[in-house]
Amino acid sequence: MNNQAAVLLTGNHAVAWAARLARPKVAPVYPITPQTPVLELLTEFQARGEFDAEIITVESEHSVMSACIPASLAGVRVFTATASQGLLLMHELLHYAAGARAPIVMANVNRTVASPWAFWPDQTDSLAQRDTGWIQFYVESAQEALDTVLQAYRVAEQVLLPVMVNLDAFYVSHALEPVSVPAQAMVDAYLPPFDPPHRLDPARPESWGNVVSQDMYYRHRQAAEEAMARVPGLAADADREWAERSGRSWGVVERYRCDGAASVIVTLGSMCGTARDAVDALRDAGQAVGLVKLRLFRPLPVAALRAALVGVHDAIVLDRNHSPGIGGVLHQELRAALYGLPDAPHVHGLLAGVGGVNVPVDKIVSLVRACQGAPVRAESQWVR
Amino acid sequence: MDTPGLDISERPMLCAGHAACPGCIDALTVRHVLAMLGPDTVAVIPPSCMAIIAGPQPYSSLRIPVYQPTLEASAAAASGLRRALDAQGKRDTTVIVLAGDGGTYDIGFQCLSSAAERNENFIYFCLDNEGYMNTGAQKSSSTPHFAWTGSTPAGKATRKKNLIEIMAAHGVPYVASASASHLPDLRRKVAKAKALRGTRLITLLIPCLDGWGLPDDAGLAAARLAVESGAFPLVEVEDGQRYTINSTKTRPIGDYLGVQRRYRHLSAEQIAALQAEIDQGWARLQRQASLGAGPAPNEARAM
Repeated sequence: MNNQAAVLLTGNHAVAWAARLARPKVAPVYPITPQTPVLELLTEFQARGEFDAEIITVESEHSVMSACIPASLAGVRVFTATASQGLLLMHELLHYAAGARAPIVMANVNRTVASPWAFWPDQTDSLAQRDTGWIQFYVESAQEALDTVLQAYRVAEQVLLPVMVNLDAFYVSHALEPVSVPAQAMVDAYLPPFDPPHRLDPARPESWGNVVSQDMYYRHRQAAEEAMARVPGLAADADREWAERSGRSWGVVERYRCDGAASVIVTLGSMCGTARDAVDALRDAGQAVGLVKLRLFRPLPVAALRAALVGVHDAIVLDRNHSPGIGGVLHQELRAALYGLPDAPHVHGLLAGVGGVNVPVDKIVSLVRACQGAPVRAESQWVR
Repeated sequence: MDTPGLDISERPMLCAGHAACPGCIDALTVRHVLAMLGPDTVAVIPPSCMAIIAGPQPYSSLRIPVYQPTLEASAAAASGLRRALDAQGKRDTTVIVLAGDGGTYDIGFQCLSSAAERNENFIYFCLDNEGYMNTGAQKSSSTPHFAWTGSTPAGKATRKKNLIEIMAAHGVPYVASASASHLPDLRRKVAKAKALRGTRLITLLIPCLDGWGLPDDAGLAAARLAVESGAFPLVEVEDGQRYTINSTKTRPIGDYLGVQRRYRHLSAEQIAALQAEIDQGWARLQRQASLGAGPAPNEARAM
């Protein structure tokens, strides 16, 4: 397409390009490995006069999110990016942003959380934020990262909820890939200017954050849930409308070679790329194996997951995260999502990629084979 | 001395019916602050007495928009709000913070220092009642030496943090202290701050009737004694360099301590020690004021 240019980009730089194309007006930032290249490219764009946003170089991620929320409530589009400890430091403000119904879009580079210190891909950082009220996407490639940031604004501003776009450290954040960068006009047509119904404006005084009654709080949470319930449909719409312009669709829950599959791998993010190769290898060997890639994690698209896995004998969850005391977060979530489904699959939870350990194709192949027909265990299994 | 009128406009921006404790001069102080700033103002108010005074949803005692951030985030929130207003061309709108001393000296200090380093364009008002009074009077780093609080039952073992000098050391355009007991000085300082750009901070002494142990009608008198004893000198610092002292020290500290229950356990030695600290602080201020080529001394008068 002539309205897109193929550029060799890392996942981080693809995110920065998406942020530039979305035309946010305020971007508070703080450096952290492996997110820093997002920040650096944005400041470079700005220095070249190509990014017309107020960049605020605050002293911590806590202040990043603290600045994002009222900026968004003042009625402008806001972008930021973080990783790992930075996301954890924001935790209080993640709840605050969602409560304020501030449609901030933030990229998070999934990195191990300390202690001990480590810098590898691991999704515990963002999965531990699942109850904060943020919409969460997990992406597999630099291209998907770019497209998802744009789609995130589209969804966020319709439901007035913040969105986190998660990309795995290094596998996605630092790997160079050819990426189609859309033309500004194409993005402008897709993302209308942000025009919220309420804003902090002295011309029409309204406030946010005052103390409320139990009943008001209850109704506020209920309204947030109603907004969340609209997200799977709106995310599918946003993806389809982007596909009409860009030719690329990513889905909300992607089914890869799932037709007639008896065993299906379920995972998030960059692991999906390796799992595709494992599925191909198993299919080549005559085994009916597929992959379900969960792109939207919050809200959890329960109906889509149940539809994707109905009739499957074994669902094999590959977790690149760890919740001590329960095991894999996706394992736990999937079991809950499938509960009560007639003939629900046997859900096998495998702690495969914790701490960024490599999970190559042949490893996934052998894990799938070991799970097929094996008794289901309640606990997640350490399978390195 | 220019003594502007002390009128609060016919349509005050802090309305009657607010939730301040009866007699608290927080309301009086903020009413004058807002009268000087005018309606093209947006306030950031973290959890504090002022957040209570601002009123529970769906009511607001303020006629301006208020954003209530988390306790430790006021200066960061004001930065984000300021930049968003700038991006919309609303550069003349004044962004203010109305925070307590806990939210300023303690938990909010990191982001305040950072905002000052960036010289973010807002006016930060610290409503300084020298402790966590909204939670029932616990010690903050603004609590003075020897003062009783719920978390320092034997009296605070260390001195009050010197916020004025710390903020001045950031080199911001304007840092001042003011008190409703000296209203012309307070109003002049608010007007002066409003006319500048960049990070401006004014700390306002708010005697807490309950936390300090004062009768309901004694707030203003206690504030005046604080100024006159030199416990809370009125000063202003321009560009971190030019110190001006706007009050005179005319009383022994005992006059100020004697009216407050939080000091009634003090021994004669402790009172003498406090007097020595105040004299030392005053001498330090005078040295600072003699260094800078500040404007002509502008002595405040008690009302």
